[in-house]
Amino acid sequence: MGEFAIGQPVTRFEDPRLLRGGGRYVDDLAIPGMLYGQVLRSPHAHAKIKSIDISKAKAAPGVAAVLVNEDWANSGFGDLPRAEGKKKRDGSPMYRPHFPALAKDKVRYVGDPVAFVVADTVAQAQDAVELIEVDYEILPNVTSVALGSQPGAPLLWDDCENNICFVHLEGNKDKTDEAFAKADHIIKKRFVITRVTAATMETRGSIGHYDQAADRYTIYTTLQRALNFREELAETLNIPESRLRVVAGDIGGSFGMKSGVFNEVGLVLLGSKVTGRPVKWVCTRSESFIADAHGRDNVSDAELALDENGMFMGLRVHNLVNMGAYTQPGTDAGAYSNLGTLAGVYLTPAIHVDVTAVYTNTNIMRPFRGNGRPEAAFVIERLVDLAADELGIDPAEIRRRNMIPPEKMPFQTGLSFNLDCGEFEKVLDQSLEMVDYKGFEGRRAEARKRGKLRGIGMSYTIEKAAAPGYEGAEVRFDRTGSVTLISGAVTHGQGHETVFKQIVSDTLGIHPDEIHYLQGDTDQVFFGEGTGGSRTASLGGSAVKVATGKVVDKAKKIAAHMLGVDEVDFSEGVFTARETNRTLSMKDVARAAMSPKNMPQGMELGLNATAAYNTTRQNYPNGCHIVELEIDEDTGQVEMDRYVVVDDVGTVLNPLLLKGQIIGGISQGVGQMLMEQIRFDPQDGQNLTGSFMDYAMPHAELFPHIDIKSHPVPTKTNILGTKGAGEAGCVGALPAVANALVDALSHLGVTHVDMPATPERLWRIMQEAKAGRA
Amino acid sequence: MHNFNYHRAADVADASGKLTSLDDPKILAGGMTLLPTLKNRLAAPSDLIDLAGIADLKGISVEGNEVVVRAMTPHAVVAASAEVQKALPALAQLAGNIGDPAVRHRGTIGGSVANSDPAADYPAGCVGLDATIVTNKRKIAADDFFLGLFETALEEGEVITSVRFKIPDRAHYMKFRHPASGYAVVGVMVAQYGSKVRVAVTGAGPCVFRVSEMEAALEKSFAPASIANIKVSAEQLMGDIHCSAEYRAHLISVYARRAVEAMV
Repeated sequence: MGEFAIGQPVTRFEDPRLLRGGGRYVDDLAIPGMLYGQVLRSPHAHAKIKSIDISKAKAAPGVAAVLVNEDWANSGFGDLPRAEGKKKRDGSPMYRPHFPALAKDKVRYVGDPVAFVVADTVAQAQDAVELIEVDYEILPNVTSVALGSQPGAPLLWDDCENNICFVHLEGNKDKTDEAFAKADHIIKKRFVITRVTAATMETRGSIGHYDQAADRYTIYTTLQRALNFREELAETLNIPESRLRVVAGDIGGSFGMKSGVFNEVGLVLLGSKVTGRPVKWVCTRSESFIADAHGRDNVSDAELALDENGMFMGLRVHNLVNMGAYTQPGTDAGAYSNLGTLAGVYLTPAIHVDVTAVYTNTNIMRPFRGNGRPEAAFVIERLVDLAADELGIDPAEIRRRNMIPPEKMPFQTGLSFNLDCGEFEKVLDQSLEMVDYKGFEGRRAEARKRGKLRGIGMSYTIEKAAAPGYEGAEVRFDRTGSVTLISGAVTHGQGHETVFKQIVSDTLGIHPDEIHYLQGDTDQVFFGEGTGGSRTASLGGSAVKVATGKVVDKAKKIAAHMLGVDEVDFSEGVFTARETNRTLSMKDVARAAMSPKNMPQGMELGLNATAAYNTTRQNYPNGCHIVELEIDEDTGQVEMDRYVVVDDVGTVLNPLLLKGQIIGGISQGVGQMLMEQIRFDPQDGQNLTGSFMDYAMPHAELFPHIDIKSHPVPTKTNILGTKGAGEAGCVGALPAVANALVDALSHLGVTHVDMPATPERLWRIMQEAKAGRA
Repeated sequence: MHNFNYHRAADVADASGKLTSLDDPKILAGGMTLLPTLKNRLAAPSDLIDLAGIADLKGISVEGNEVVVRAMTPHAVVAASAEVQKALPALAQLAGNIGDPAVRHRGTIGGSVANSDPAADYPAGCVGLDATIVTNKRKIAADDFFLGLFETALEEGEVITSVRFKIPDRAHYMKFRHPASGYAVVGVMVAQYGSKVRVAVTGAGPCVFRVSEMEAALEKSFAPASIANIKVSAEQLMGDIHCSAEYRAHLISVYARRAVEAMV
């Protein structure tokens, strides 16, 4: 419908409310009688708890309860939700440690919850936390994933050999070994993908409310998947889902991090049960660095086999992936579910990947924007550049030679991806044109005169989005003909409300101002899996589309009945009796549907529809990023000068929001490549980056204008033709920036730059390279 | 945050009196360091004495060969001041690059100077521009004011009322921002007063310091080449996970040279 139609750059309906402070985040919510909780966290990476004395804390002013592991154990609540299903190398089940909300006998990372104080005010709870006396016996720790599975490494659990959580193998080992045996060139490299934190604008928070009279729990919290969350949490609480309500308000960013059921969720519910009053906990910014789950953190040993013409023959990758100290459902997924990205957009016939997931004395891990995709993209796209350098082939040319052409679609890659469509060479060419690839050497020479080392780098990455699954949507007309639209998806900043309203408006002809969007409350949302893995446009959007389709079908019958004809046409929100000038609007029909006299024989009253949409095939967003940057020869400071992206995310529902997604993703990718990193002290396991004074976040001033164009190749795997866009920006950014850095330094003989490429790291690389050449 | 008593000082004498009579008081200026410290429960003063209500402590004037900035003047006001921009542009530029907009609108020159944070910008401004720190009791030359890490010459009951910067023939401030915090990893103020040159460095060491070797070289010949080969020893400098002492030492040479380049 006109300006709000699918494909229009509609500005976000959410923004006026959110930007004026009208959002409803967890900390905005107050329930009468509410108490406040604070967590006592482990100050040690690994220690035995010899004793805990809570007597002083209990007696402190305003304190209503002090909970320790024993209280959790006695509550009837079980383990927090845990990962399951994977196996070890010998075929035995993965190691799944128990996961109580408060540590039992031992703490396993700095920040591990030990006790929970509930008091009248936050300040009183903080004071009381400081009065808890814990006697620790400090144990040796291991925080590095590379060291975690080494023989002799400190064990997190006595019965978990070498700290190995599980092993995952993928691809064809024999074929890959064969390819390597015949190869003319083998490129080998170890890549370290650093640990980062999501640093969401809204920190995590929860309010637990146990209603004793109804014997029912309500949790107001930050999440991504309300119904999945309820299912997992109900299992922990040992209650049927019908006795649990999960409510999410606005959510200020998540990027995967908030998708788990964290310790504090259990603690506010137990606190409420014990005190009979609602209990709120909201994470402070400082606390978030040691309390949140982190992302990435793995080491890849990768090899690419090539023939004499630069054609890829085989790819072999060994990954060590950090699991942190405990697992949640999804913690494991980053290690294996997106390895398909390693195959890239290339014809490489033989690939094998061997993944070992390792426990360490670090925060639990969660998917973080890309969840294995950026890691894999970094490995393959760096290898390709290394190969180009080694064989003396232009990076664009070596990619072009190896790309899967459209006529080979559908194409089964050497890993799990079975690609349905994509026009990779066209996208590459468009990107090269946009950045003026041919003119680069001139720009490099000009920069050199200013003491700047200019480099250009590209990446062509592909990932899976909208993994097979389902999503729900509901369209309800009220008596005035306005609409309540309910989705099982949960926006945490993406703008679902805007895009879903566009679909409804476009399909039903209802103005967006008359559509109320509702999500995230399990007492109101009937069906769905929630948001994650770049799935919502494809699955949630399709569900909305199907629901509106059902509405149109029913409304057409009602309209025909009312107009006294057999059939009506429907367009732009208007039903027309064929060959007459008699019409009814969608609103007319919706209002009429409340009255039995208007209904065809046997038809149910009302104009409502629910839809549960599912796909059996994922889609494959892909795109090319090209970066030009300059390194200050004296200081190692990096300035990005050009950044172009051509992406294929299928049908574009809203180009404005799409750009926002791409730019946001790029920011996080560039952040990781240039500055962000969670670091632990290798000796005592302390988090050395516990605030924004030490954890470097990218600022807007770091970025040049990011020039984004779309090359949509709609997919047939969902009815809208969309491919996921939420993670694409992040996936492409890491390797593109890395390749540009290496290119800028290539005249010094530099072939690789580790992340984060801080000014000092680059300065040292230049110093060492110059010293080596001198 | 722990509990504390809050006082709104009526005037400087009142603030000074409370500072000496109360149990464990702290002056609250802009609060840009103090408030986060309190929120993180890293300090627990018994009393906060807020200077925000003292009108005398705000404002900027040019008096003879000095720019006078009163203690409670926020950085943003210094940066935007037409008088400062005309008389001492290097100072306006320094103030305009402190922290972020929120910090610049709340943070004050008196608070910054009194805190002697090793990574703050104003100490380099004070020492480089031969400033005088004026308190309710005396006048202290900037060279004698900054004593060490968070340590100044301020005595009990002493409250900074203004900072008087000597207007140079020319001056320039350059800073390398910390990738995480935005504080100065290295900030260099170079100022020329007739035949005399001052080179003051903040961020790199535990306290602002002057580089006499560079000053002497520039006094001989005010040109970038004069200091191109002068290196500062990394031994007394600070390092963190982003920027080592060695790197900071290198940056001092680069930024001093660039400041001079910007002046000639």
